[in-house]
Amino acid sequence: MCEAIGMKTSEHESGERLPFTWKGAAAGFWACVPVACGVAVYGVLFGILARQKGLSFLETQFMSLTVFAGASQIIALDLWGPNLPVISLIATTFIVNLRHMLMGAALAPQLLRLSPGRAFGSLFFMTDESWAVTLARVTSDGRGGRRTDGAYLIGAGLAVYLFWNASTALGRVLVSGLDDPAKYGLDFAFTAVFMALLMGLRPKRSDVLPLLAAAAAALLAARFVPGKWYILAGAFAGGGVAALVPARDGGKAGARS
Amino acid sequence: MSRLAISLATIAGMALATYLTRAAGLAVMSRLHLSGRAERFMQAIPGAILMAIIAPQAVAGGPAETVGTVVTAACAWRFRSLPLALIAGVAVVLLWRYLL
Repeated sequence: MCEAIGMKTSEHESGERLPFTWKGAAAGFWACVPVACGVAVYGVLFGILARQKGLSFLETQFMSLTVFAGASQIIALDLWGPNLPVISLIATTFIVNLRHMLMGAALAPQLLRLSPGRAFGSLFFMTDESWAVTLARVTSDGRGGRRTDGAYLIGAGLAVYLFWNASTALGRVLVSGLDDPAKYGLDFAFTAVFMALLMGLRPKRSDVLPLLAAAAAALLAARFVPGKWYILAGAFAGGGVAALVPARDGGKAGARS
Repeated sequence: MSRLAISLATIAGMALATYLTRAAGLAVMSRLHLSGRAERFMQAIPGAILMAIIAPQAVAGGPAETVGTVVTAACAWRFRSLPLALIAGVAVVLLWRYLL
């Protein structure tokens, strides 16, 4: 596949190879564990819902092991039935996960400095959470003039992978229903984590307008369009405003190192 | 094909579709050189995605969530600690929900 797309790191002006060490992966792993705990709550929920929908343990675990995308998995359960709508399921999964393309592109500066095998291998483990944690690290490293270890992403992703799959198994095996996560404020925990990660990017004055545009577009889209489209809407609105309005301070918080 | 085989094949299809979304961003970016507008667009994406994820629940979720989000943001900015900001935000929301 890598030959097919003709990707050579030396062709791109991205700089020297990044280190790819166990230490780097461990750093990513531990940084992601707190967020992964929140993911685990939804993993248990997925396991329970899957059981209710009549999926076998094998099918449930296979989905979490190979798809590894919470929102699309839970949405897929909604479509699950005795006559599987195969095309619908695959198409819906693809569409719900489209935002990954933008996320992968955002990490391209670092990933292009890894061998294709390591880069595309790491990308399997990129989720909202492991992406955001990695981006936070890349940003703070960039500000400090340090190189981020290339294995940080896969380390972070493995934390989420472990918690997601373990919690799926747990939920699938549990008989009784799960307490409402809202009882413990865990539904808000996700919002809190992403806000903390956003602050970790240390937005500058020139970022305020794009961020407001992103919020506004997301709110509008969430109101009128079902599913996760609102995330893409916000992303494009924020990016669009940033592209159209030249930055006076000459820079923007975000990954570039 | 048996029911199970169809099911597993469907899940494999979903897995492939998902991986494609994960890989495509890098595959495209490896062949592009960006400058000016396009670069500013791409650099704004991470913050925009995070903001887009946060906005609906923070703004339309209710007063507890709105205040909780502000508290989380303030703690995260001031103390640069994710766990601290998380605890502060969730605590505020819990307290608000049960006391008000």
